[in-house]
Amino acid sequence: MALLEIRDLHLSFGGLQALAGVDFEVNENEIVSVIGPNGAGKTSLFNAITGLYRPDQGDIVFGGHSLMGLEPSEITRAGIARTFQNVRLFPNMTVLENVMVAQHCRTHSGPFRAVLRTPSMRREEAHIEAVAKEILAFFGSRLVGYRFDQPAHSLSYANRRRLEMARAMATQPRLILLDEPVAGMNPNETGELARLIHRLRDHLGLTVVVVEHDMGVVREVSDRVVVLDHGIRIAEGTFEEVAATDEVIEAYLGQPATPT
Amino acid sequence: MTLTTREARKTLRWSVIAGLVMVFTSAVGMMESFDDRLIIYPVLSLGYLMLFWIVPLAGFQATHLPRLEGIEPPGKGLSNVLIGALTGLGAGVILAVFVVVADRFDLREVFVSISPRLVRLLTFEDTLPGGLLATVLIPTLLGTAGGAFHLLRDNLGRRLVLALEWVLVVAILEGVVAQILRQIRLDALGERIYTQRALEWFAAVALFLAILPIPASRTGTNQVERIRQRLFSIDPAQRIRNSVVSAVVILVFLILLPQLLGSLLSEVLANVGLFLIMGLGLNIVVGLAGMLDLGYVAFFAVGAYTVAVLTSSLSPRFAPELSWWLALPVALLVSALSGVMIGTPVIRMRGDYLAIVTLGFGEIIRILFLSDWLSPIFGGAQGILDIPGIPLGVTRVSGISPESILYFAFAFVLIAAWVSWSLQHSRIGRAWNALREDETVAAAMGVNTVRAKLDAFIVGAILAGGAGALFAAKLGSVFPSSFELLVSIIILVVVIVGGMGNIVGVAVGAVVLIGILGGPNVPGLMAEFAEFKLLIYGALLIFMMLRRPEGLIPARARYRELHADEADQDAWLDKSIHPIQSRPSSSETTAEPDC
Amino acid sequence: MDSLLWGVRLIAILVLIWGVAGTIVQGLNGAGPSAEAWRDLVVAGIAQGAMYGLIALGYSMVYGVLGFINFAHGEVFMAGAMSGFFVANYLWQVHFWDNYFVLAILLVLLTSVLTSMLVAVIVERVAYRPLRASPRLVPLITSIGISFFIQYSFAGLFGVAVKNYPPAPDSLRNRIGFLGLEIEGTKLAVIVVALISMGLLYLFVEKTRTGRSIRAVAEDKEIAALMGINVDRTIVASFAVGGVMAGVAGTLWSLLFRGVAFHTGFLPGIKAFTAAVLGGIGNLPGAMVGGLFLGTFEGVGSQLVLAGLGIPAVSQLKDVVAFTALVLVLIFRPTGLFGERLSSEDRA
Repeated sequence: MALLEIRDLHLSFGGLQALAGVDFEVNENEIVSVIGPNGAGKTSLFNAITGLYRPDQGDIVFGGHSLMGLEPSEITRAGIARTFQNVRLFPNMTVLENVMVAQHCRTHSGPFRAVLRTPSMRREEAHIEAVAKEILAFFGSRLVGYRFDQPAHSLSYANRRRLEMARAMATQPRLILLDEPVAGMNPNETGELARLIHRLRDHLGLTVVVVEHDMGVVREVSDRVVVLDHGIRIAEGTFEEVAATDEVIEAYLGQPATPT
Repeated sequence: MTLTTREARKTLRWSVIAGLVMVFTSAVGMMESFDDRLIIYPVLSLGYLMLFWIVPLAGFQATHLPRLEGIEPPGKGLSNVLIGALTGLGAGVILAVFVVVADRFDLREVFVSISPRLVRLLTFEDTLPGGLLATVLIPTLLGTAGGAFHLLRDNLGRRLVLALEWVLVVAILEGVVAQILRQIRLDALGERIYTQRALEWFAAVALFLAILPIPASRTGTNQVERIRQRLFSIDPAQRIRNSVVSAVVILVFLILLPQLLGSLLSEVLANVGLFLIMGLGLNIVVGLAGMLDLGYVAFFAVGAYTVAVLTSSLSPRFAPELSWWLALPVALLVSALSGVMIGTPVIRMRGDYLAIVTLGFGEIIRILFLSDWLSPIFGGAQGILDIPGIPLGVTRVSGISPESILYFAFAFVLIAAWVSWSLQHSRIGRAWNALREDETVAAAMGVNTVRAKLDAFIVGAILAGGAGALFAAKLGSVFPSSFELLVSIIILVVVIVGGMGNIVGVAVGAVVLIGILGGPNVPGLMAEFAEFKLLIYGALLIFMMLRRPEGLIPARARYRELHADEADQDAWLDKSIHPIQSRPSSSETTAEPDC
Repeated sequence: MDSLLWGVRLIAILVLIWGVAGTIVQGLNGAGPSAEAWRDLVVAGIAQGAMYGLIALGYSMVYGVLGFINFAHGEVFMAGAMSGFFVANYLWQVHFWDNYFVLAILLVLLTSVLTSMLVAVIVERVAYRPLRASPRLVPLITSIGISFFIQYSFAGLFGVAVKNYPPAPDSLRNRIGFLGLEIEGTKLAVIVVALISMGLLYLFVEKTRTGRSIRAVAEDKEIAALMGINVDRTIVASFAVGGVMAGVAGTLWSLLFRGVAFHTGFLPGIKAFTAAVLGGIGNLPGAMVGGLFLGTFEGVGSQLVLAGLGIPAVSQLKDVVAFTALVLVLIFRPTGLFGERLSSEDRA
């Protein structure tokens, strides 16, 4: 059975139909790219999956359970993490705190234990910190050492993107949704990030869904590509397959491809 | 020597500001009612201080240029003095015009405070044409002094200000200083340096000269951060030893303090303690979780009334006459429940709607306590009297002996501070931080925002309920009038002036505001301010929001935002920690408060 | 959580029905207030509500353009009423008030309107303009400070005593027939003047150039600026217009209740804000209707619902009724009865 199933998903804002019946599946341990022209509904899809938007119709099933009607925090707890298109960190918290806070739903100490500083609470705190450091080390030397205690807003753009991924990883997800992870990065960093996406799956066993405009990255990372346009799925398959589909070319170029 | 247009405009602007502040101070009645209190015998009364303080400041500001990186500051010279003098002159002229108008026309029909006595004070008891000269001349001199301040070397200037501040503090806080001198058997000295509650002029001069040689370093946040750095740079074992030593020192100090202060000051300090507990509670709600609660007093009222009903023999309907110790946990529980009840519906609202709705709840609760409908239970406007104090062994601790109440206040404050600190540095504290910065993302990262906010509301409610329980025992009676909206607002001012999100900041805010100016129904050290307390609170709130929204002692995160990250990096790379280099103080950088 | 809210909703409705039923039973037994008393309650409520509506317009306009609650707006209203008092008192002393009442009241109105407008504009310039870019709670907190500052400045400048306006001439105070009802003249005048002012404001916002700018700025400040609208001036204009309405309300208030003191502005201010939210903030006709509704509801509702529950001295609980209305509206229908009109960034 697929890890994530999207069934006939509809979402509209006033008169604007953002998603008009999207269907697709993501299997365990797969890397799926969602592509499509601007306004195709890719980010709306992410927001619907993570509970920020309430779909009008359809169903989202994750690991056999429907996510409909769950709060965003419950969906995260169920095992879906995400990054945001326009990098949304907690800018005045430190790098380490950003990652520590993301373990919220995997830890338990409430106010009572915090005030009493019980041994279990202290153990948990130590554990949270150790896990956070370990996750940050996944990105090499960029986010470790003195950077632990720096406020997130002081990081470079690329590091902020990395930190956002680290934060998503800290929620201990089974599925991670990356919204344009390489936007605004230089070719070097882009290549590194593509390798990182592979490592997410190969080393951590995560399932990954990527929304991306950079076709180089899409080609490199995807097992499968889903193409959206005007809120519906117009093609699905390997990168080469979808790239050859007429509808896809039409969606991107805006005119029917003339057969030669 | 001519002034540029820019300088002229600035001079004009500041002289008008200073002039209008002086006219306002006079017309609103501050000048006259504060004149009764001398602070430096026989030359300076509090009235004149409140009147003229703005002038040297305006003279200074009129020629002050912000230091810009990479631009050579223009030379300082006589022009500074001239501009200062002109500013003072302008302000003086405005005041003089006011005096003439006040003298010619009887405005008392409309402006109740503009009396012949005010005119006499403003002309220094002289007849009008001659006296006006002084009205103009004194501001001119003060403005000149303000302008001339730029000519002093930085260090000397700072020392002068520090010495002046100390003299004023010692003079204004006559009550405290004299009391302490009395307690340490130095009555003779106290009687010698104070006359009619004012510092003798020679004592003032002596003090000034004594403090002047002390090297003054940059005060303010830099200092705080440097101390912090030093504390954290020493090795852990030493740190524990230090903290044990300092804990013992603080404890001994706290035990001795009430005895040293005597009952009058203990009373003031106990009030500070009560407001500090509430300030710490509100700080969790506003400063950490980012919800502006304007009905915070409701929980204070609930705590106080619960204790009153449970312990007083005069409780109208239900009077189990429990011991305070049994009533306290009930009060905390009831407060927590009311926190849930008020919190649950409001938590999902937009920030500003939340503020108004909590205000509404606060008023509803007060009016209900006041109403005839519930007076069979809560006594209506007559309140509940005869609340026994806190039984302790064979004695009873109550407001009659402020010293003993003060010990309880200390204990409660320490507990509240511990609760705030430990929550702030825990999983839930991080969650509050996150949802204050970006609620959507916090939710997407697995923080149950509704739950986290409700937790903040409940913890805040419990702290306020505890303060209420103590308040009831201290006062021995509760009335609805003790729980007006004003209380919520004043706690908010304490938190904001001190520094949102910071425990030390809230403590400083409570000591300075409640201790000196006084709370809503309680006098501070300067009982003279009573009438104008709320005016000053309002002005402070506006000023802080415009100029220093991060508060006197900002939270560490906020401070870090404003200061060098590079220094940190370099320090780490060098594998040696230098104290952070001083940077322009944070007040010059505009801070973005995170609420 | 949601079930809890449903519970609250259910309880509110049950209390409402129970109370009304109780009152009706009382009425049938001849125990409750007479029909005349009910009529007077309704008329008084509408008159009160008309003033809430006028003040609410100021909240709504400022919320529309700047997106924050101008907590000090109640004080703008109080300043108008207070300044009007001094003029009225002078005119009374020189016997101008009784002889040329209409002219006198126009002078008072003019003073009151100008003062309120001036206070509103000064407050904007000194306190709010520097905070344009701050997070929205910062100007809100500032406005609380301003509210206190103005209140206690007025207390210091003009004394703390309640100032009583000279009484309106008898001809106005008598009951007059209107649409088959006998209504106290003052109240009728208050209602009529409030409705006219509201109509004029509506025309101003809909038809004039400045009004168009205000609507544009309320929609989107940046785009409005790009379209060549002077945003600063437009914001000042909306504060000024809000001030004018508050000034009119100040004069009407004084005609009706006569007493003015430094704290007069506070409660009407909060309630007017409630009215603005009730009608949907940013929505001008909504503010007026919200005001009328709230005024009537707090006057009649306390009698209708609470008395039926057997609660004594219900008039003490008038404010509780108003605040409860506020709480319930914000919990269940935060966009108001008629929908809010806010710029996109404020809706978030």
